[in-house]
Amino acid sequence: MNDLAIELKGIDKKFGLVHANKAIDLRVRKGTIHGIIGENGAGKSTLMSILYGFYQADEGDIFVGGRKIEIKDPNAAITAGIGMVHQHFMLVENFTVLENVMLGAEDSQILNAGIAKARQELKRLEHEYELEVDPDAIIEELPVGLQQRVEILKALYRGAEILILDEPTGVLTPAEADHLFRILEQLKDQGKTILLITHKLREIMAVTDEVSVMRRGEMVATRTTAETSVEELAELMVGRRVLLHVEKGPASPGDVLLSVENLTVRDSRGVDMVKDVSFHVRAGEIVGIAGVAGNGQSELLQAVSGIRRAVRGKVWLDGAPVDVTGKDPSDLRHRGLAHVPEDRQHMGLVLKFDESENSILGYHDDPKYLNGLFLNIEAIRQDAAAKIEKYDIRPPNPRLKTANFSGGNQQKIVLAREMERDPKVLIIGQPTRGVDVGAIEFIHKRIIEMRDAGKAVLLVSVELDEIRSLSDRVLVMFDGRIVGERSPDTGEGELGLLMAGVEDGQEAAQ
Amino acid sequence: MSAPYAKLPGWVDYGLIPLINLAVAFLVAGLVVLAVGESPLRAASLMIEGAFGYGEGIGFTLYYATNFIFTGLAVAVAFHCGLFNIGGEGQAYVAGLGVALPCLWLDQVMPWYVIFPVAILGSALAGAAWALIPGWLQAKRGSHVVITTIMFNFIASSLMVYVLVDVLKPAGSMAPQTRTFAESGQLPRLDWLLSWVGLDIGGAPFNLSFLLALVMAVVVWVLIWRTKLGYEIRTMGHSPSAARYAGIGESRIIIITMMISGGLAGMMALNPIMGDQHSMQLDFVGGAGFVGIAVALMGRSHPVGIVPAAILFGMLYQGGAEISFEMPEISRDMITIIQGLVILFAGALENMFRPAITTFFATTGTARAGKTLPAGE
Repeated sequence: MNDLAIELKGIDKKFGLVHANKAIDLRVRKGTIHGIIGENGAGKSTLMSILYGFYQADEGDIFVGGRKIEIKDPNAAITAGIGMVHQHFMLVENFTVLENVMLGAEDSQILNAGIAKARQELKRLEHEYELEVDPDAIIEELPVGLQQRVEILKALYRGAEILILDEPTGVLTPAEADHLFRILEQLKDQGKTILLITHKLREIMAVTDEVSVMRRGEMVATRTTAETSVEELAELMVGRRVLLHVEKGPASPGDVLLSVENLTVRDSRGVDMVKDVSFHVRAGEIVGIAGVAGNGQSELLQAVSGIRRAVRGKVWLDGAPVDVTGKDPSDLRHRGLAHVPEDRQHMGLVLKFDESENSILGYHDDPKYLNGLFLNIEAIRQDAAAKIEKYDIRPPNPRLKTANFSGGNQQKIVLAREMERDPKVLIIGQPTRGVDVGAIEFIHKRIIEMRDAGKAVLLVSVELDEIRSLSDRVLVMFDGRIVGERSPDTGEGELGLLMAGVEDGQEAAQ
Repeated sequence: MSAPYAKLPGWVDYGLIPLINLAVAFLVAGLVVLAVGESPLRAASLMIEGAFGYGEGIGFTLYYATNFIFTGLAVAVAFHCGLFNIGGEGQAYVAGLGVALPCLWLDQVMPWYVIFPVAILGSALAGAAWALIPGWLQAKRGSHVVITTIMFNFIASSLMVYVLVDVLKPAGSMAPQTRTFAESGQLPRLDWLLSWVGLDIGGAPFNLSFLLALVMAVVVWVLIWRTKLGYEIRTMGHSPSAARYAGIGESRIIIITMMISGGLAGMMALNPIMGDQHSMQLDFVGGAGFVGIAVALMGRSHPVGIVPAAILFGMLYQGGAEISFEMPEISRDMITIIQGLVILFAGALENMFRPAITTFFATTGTARAGKTLPAGE
C-alpha cells in the first residue's frame, strides 16, 4: 500500500546563521522520475546531501520505503539503497571502469576473486539497463558522457534502488543529455526511483513525472509535470513573474573591433587547447561561442584577454595588434577590452575583499581611485555605491564582504565593473553560471544593451539556450577548433551535432 | 554550496576567541608545571609579577616586545601576499651589519640622531637584500620561500660568525663581537616615558626603537589597507588567479613584498644592537624571527593584533626568566614549552573552538540580526 520510495518530514538544517532547509516535506513515489528545481542557494544541494548522509539534519525524519531510517553517512545511504551521481564525478581518473565501480566495495583484501565477481555483475547491469561501457577502459580516456555512465553503474553496483542525479547535464552535449534521459527512462521502467536535481526547466519538462520547487530553503510546491508549464515553474522558483524570452532587435554591425587569426593556445600541461582559431567580432554584434565545456573556450578567452600566452597567432584589438605572447591584461584594459571571466569566484572577484574593493579590481591603477600611491577610499566607495544602485546589487552595501553576496549579485559586481568602463570590446564567459533566474533576465538585458551601444561582444557559454537567444552569430567550438558558424536560429539538433564534433553532412555516429 | 560558518561579531572574532585559546594554552602549561612538581598558580603570579609588577620588569617586557613587533609585522606583510617568510631570523641577523657598520664608522663624528636614521635605512636595506634572493627565486624559479628562507637562516648564521670573528672583532679581543660603540652609537632609553606613570625602568634596555616599532605598525597598516601596492599585495595573497586577471605582475609583487618583509625583520636589529648591547654580538637575534611567526598568527596579521601579541610574548620572555630564577625546577626550556603551547593553541589550533562558539552565538541570537544571511547563499 505504501508506494513512496522516499518521504522527508520536517527536514530542517542550519549552518550557523544560514537557514538552508526550512521544515522540508517531500514525497517521492516509487518508480518515478522526480525533479527538484530551485535557484542556486535554494537549498537543493543541502537537502540531497542530507539524504545521502553528507550532512545531518537538525530536525526531521527520513523514511525510505516506508521505514524510518537514520542516515549518518554515505555508507548508511548506500545500505538503504540510495545512490548518488555527483555533478563533479567522483572517479579515479587513471583507474579502469571496473576498478572504479568496485572501489570501496571490494569485499576482501585480496582483489582477484572480487574482480571476477564484479566483472560478471557489471556485465549483467550493462545488459539489463543498456549501459554499455568497456570495463577495461581507463576513465580519463572516456568521453564525459561515458564517465557519467560509470557513475550510474557504480551506484547500481551497490544495489541502489533510488538514484540521485545532481545537475547531470551540465557537462553533456545535447545528444549526450538525450541519451542520459533515455537511460533514466529505462531505469524507471525497471522500477528504480530517480531524483533529478537541475535548474534547467526544459529538462524537467522533458523527463520528470513530478516536480518539486524549492525557494530560499523552503519547499514551495510540488506539481505533476504534465499539468504544469515552464512559466509556472519559473514563477514558483523566483517568486515573481519572469520574462524567459530575451527581447532584442536586429543587429547593426559596424567595423571589426576584435579580430583573431590562427590563434593556438596551450594549457599548463602543454596540450594544445585552442588550435588555429580565426574569427572576428564587429561593433554592435554579439558573437556567441557554443561548445561543451573543456573544448578550448576557456583558454581562448584567457588568451584574448591577455591572461594566458598564445603559442601562435595574431589578435587585433580595434585595428591595433595585440602582443599575444606577452601577458598584460591591464594594457588591454587601457585599450578598451573588458573581460567578464568564466570563473568569477577565483578570477573575477576576490571573495574576501569587500564589495567596493572588488569594484576596482583590474582598474585599481586608474587615477580617479588614487591619491598618488594611496587608495582614495572615499572615491572608491562612492563609485561602488553608484554601481550598486545602477545594477541593483543587493544588499546595497559597498563594505560587505563579497563572499556574502549571492551568485547573481556577485556576477552583477563584475558586470558593473566591466561594463561601466565603456569598453570597445566586451568578452564574457558564462555570464549566468550559478546565477538565479531573476538575475539572468537582468544580465541578458545588459548584454543586449552593450551591443546596441556599439560594443563588440564575444560571448562564451555552455548553455546553448543562452547562446542562441543572445548571439547574432554562433561559432561552434569542438576540440580546440571552430567547427562551424551558424545563425542563432539554427536548430538545436544541428548545433548539438556540431558541438559533438560531427561534421556537416555526416550522419550522427551515435 | 552554503558557507560553513556564519559571520561572528567582531569582538568575538578578534577578542574572545584569541582569549579562549590563550586561556587553554595557559591551562595546559599549568598542567606541565604541575607535572614537574611546582604550583602553577605561583608560577603564574611570578610570571605576571615579573613582567608587569615593577618598572624594570615592564621595561624588559617592552624591550622584548619591540623585537617581536618588528618580526611580527615582517611575517604579517608576507602573509598578506600568501607568502610564508620564515627567514626573519636570518634577515634580522644580516641586518645587524646595516646597524653596526654605521655605528662603527660614525660614532666618533656624528651625534646619535644622525646615526639613527642611517642605521634604520641600513638595517632595512640589509634585511631586504637578504630577503630579495628567496623572493626572486620564488618569483622567477618557483623555489618555495619556506624552503629558501629557512636555508638562508643557516647561511646568515654562518656568514655572521665569519664576519664577527674574522672581520669585525677588534684585534686582541677574545669575544666574537664588535667593539662597544661610543655614546652617539647608542639609542636614548625611554625611561622618561615610564616615569610619566611613576615607574622606574632601572637597568632595562627599553629604548627609542620601541617608538619606531609602533610607527612601523601604523606604516604597515597604511601600506596594506590604504595604498595601491597594498591592494595588489592582498589581491595576490587571496587569489593569484584574480591577480593575473587584474594584470598585477606576479613576480614583481612577490619580490617587493619579500623585500618589505625582510626590511621590517631587519629593523629589529636596531633594538638589541643600538638600544641594548651597544655592540653587535654573536646570535643577537635570539629567536625573535621565529617568535614573529607566532606573533603574526596570533595577531591575525593585523598591526592592531600584532602589538598586543608582541607584548604578550615579551611578557612570556621576561616573566619566564623570572620564573626560572625563582623556581629552580623550571628551567628556561620550560618557558619554551609554554611559548610553544601558546603558539599551538593561538596559532595552529586557532579554529579549534570556532565552530562551537559560532553555534553558541547562532543559537543565543546574540550575533547581530543584520548579519543574518539569506538561505543557502
